[in-house]
Amino acid sequence: MSGLQRAGRWIGEHLVLAAGLLVLVYMFVPIAVVMLMSFNDNSESRNVYAFRDFTWSNWANPCRPDGMCEAVVRSIEIGLLATLVATLLGSLAAFALVRHDFIGRSVANTVIFLPMASPEIVMGSSLLALFVAGGFGGRLGFVTIFIAHVMFCLSFVIVTVKARLSGLDQNLEQAAMDLYASEWTTFWRVTFPLVFPGVAAAALLSFSLSFDDFIITNLNAGQSVTFPMFVWGVAQRGIPMQVNVVGTVMFLISLFLVVGNMLVTRKKVAA
Amino acid sequence: MRRGRFTGYWLMLPAGLWLALFFVIPFYSLLATSLFDPEGSVLTGYSVDYRFANFVDALQQFWEPLVRSLWYAAVATAICLVLGYVLAYAIAFKAGRWRTLLLVLVIAPFFTSFLVRTLSWKLILADDGFVVDTLQFLQLLGDDGRLLATPVAVIAGLVYNFLPFMVLPLYASLEKIDGRLIEAAGDLYASPTRGFLKVTLPLSKPGVVAGTLLTFIPAAGDYINAALLGSPNQRMVGNVIQNLFTSTGDYAAAGALSVILMVIIVALVMLYIRTAGTEELV
Repeated sequence: MSGLQRAGRWIGEHLVLAAGLLVLVYMFVPIAVVMLMSFNDNSESRNVYAFRDFTWSNWANPCRPDGMCEAVVRSIEIGLLATLVATLLGSLAAFALVRHDFIGRSVANTVIFLPMASPEIVMGSSLLALFVAGGFGGRLGFVTIFIAHVMFCLSFVIVTVKARLSGLDQNLEQAAMDLYASEWTTFWRVTFPLVFPGVAAAALLSFSLSFDDFIITNLNAGQSVTFPMFVWGVAQRGIPMQVNVVGTVMFLISLFLVVGNMLVTRKKVAA
Repeated sequence: MRRGRFTGYWLMLPAGLWLALFFVIPFYSLLATSLFDPEGSVLTGYSVDYRFANFVDALQQFWEPLVRSLWYAAVATAICLVLGYVLAYAIAFKAGRWRTLLLVLVIAPFFTSFLVRTLSWKLILADDGFVVDTLQFLQLLGDDGRLLATPVAVIAGLVYNFLPFMVLPLYASLEKIDGRLIEAAGDLYASPTRGFLKVTLPLSKPGVVAGTLLTFIPAAGDYINAALLGSPNQRMVGNVIQNLFTSTGDYAAAGALSVILMVIIVALVMLYIRTAGTEELV
């Protein structure tokens, strides 16, 4: 191999990695900006798009902007409720799809795939059309948002739990049954602990999808305001810097949970 | 394991009902809405009178944002494919033991709000911001040139927001490739470039197809980037639909436009899957 070729190969090897890392940097620049701006003191200026002075005050008084904390609380409530229902129904469905044979299984698989492949604006407007046709046009709010969120979280839960479940060694359950464990005991002592990381990942995913959704929510929310809708509302007038505090906190909590879930899973596998 | 004959149905029933009621049936409501008499309103009620002219009206009035959406989404998807491929390739083949960490970093942007992140692009691309100043210094942008309120800003936002949807399926298919196949290509005197084009790229096709679809579909329906980073001149079809529903209250036109968007996307997706010749999507 000539020197030129070797040099070419070396560059090739490291260039790809360097370029990949650059793409990652591109993905992180906005998050760094969000974190930085959470310390921005812009009380003096109307120009919210510049860093003026360092301050702790946004962190000390996160609830100062009118209605923001109420919106955050509403988003958390909807997120928890939608996650609970979607994770429960979705996990049951995943068991049905992986472990049971039934008529209409392939249709079910397709219907589950479709919400992930439909534009949100179309799903949102369809749901609004249904609610209006059903006479709920004037009563949009918490309940309609909840219904919509469970709907779009379900597919993601089913796919996530299915993936975990189909990678599971059924011999373990067979062994438990051979050792005279009842079906109930086998499920709770063997199956459930093995599936749990998948269920946990699905729940995390659901909550973040629900908390973050704007397009579908905005169409079906009526007078209720979720956190993304609050941000949308203030985006036209000038964003209070506390929005960045919420963004930073969300980021840190999710990072912590995801890394935690990963470490726990890995430990279990190693043991 | 002993199982009841109907256990599968019972387990599937709640989720199935939910999706049938709130995902499948709404499409019929949307279709019905699109055929409304546009004279009605939310208060007086609508009547379905099979007014297919709604579709013609919607197309005549809004063909421009519709075409623009498809065009922006296509450009954003192409850029995502290039950037996403590089990143997925680096993680799958070059990252070694940092693989898992890098994968977490790929999904990490999802951890903070979509809207908040998009707003921070507004700051990055601001008229007196670092990016515009640099481009002006390099004479790549005129002295009074700007990025905000241009197609560049909207497409950059779309690329940024949907990149993880491209990286994850690409990584999943690259990671499955048997490294010995690439080695074999080298042993048979294929240059690295040729080896990549003849072995790696074809084997990663399912990832390319899934990634491009998962990027293109949400990008075509998005209106947040156009609203926050663009001006009315970059209005996309999503902006129009959401405005017709929430501000104007013109349900018939909004419904018709949604149906048109869905039909175009389904047609494009089917054409694309047929051309790409892959069925292992679902």
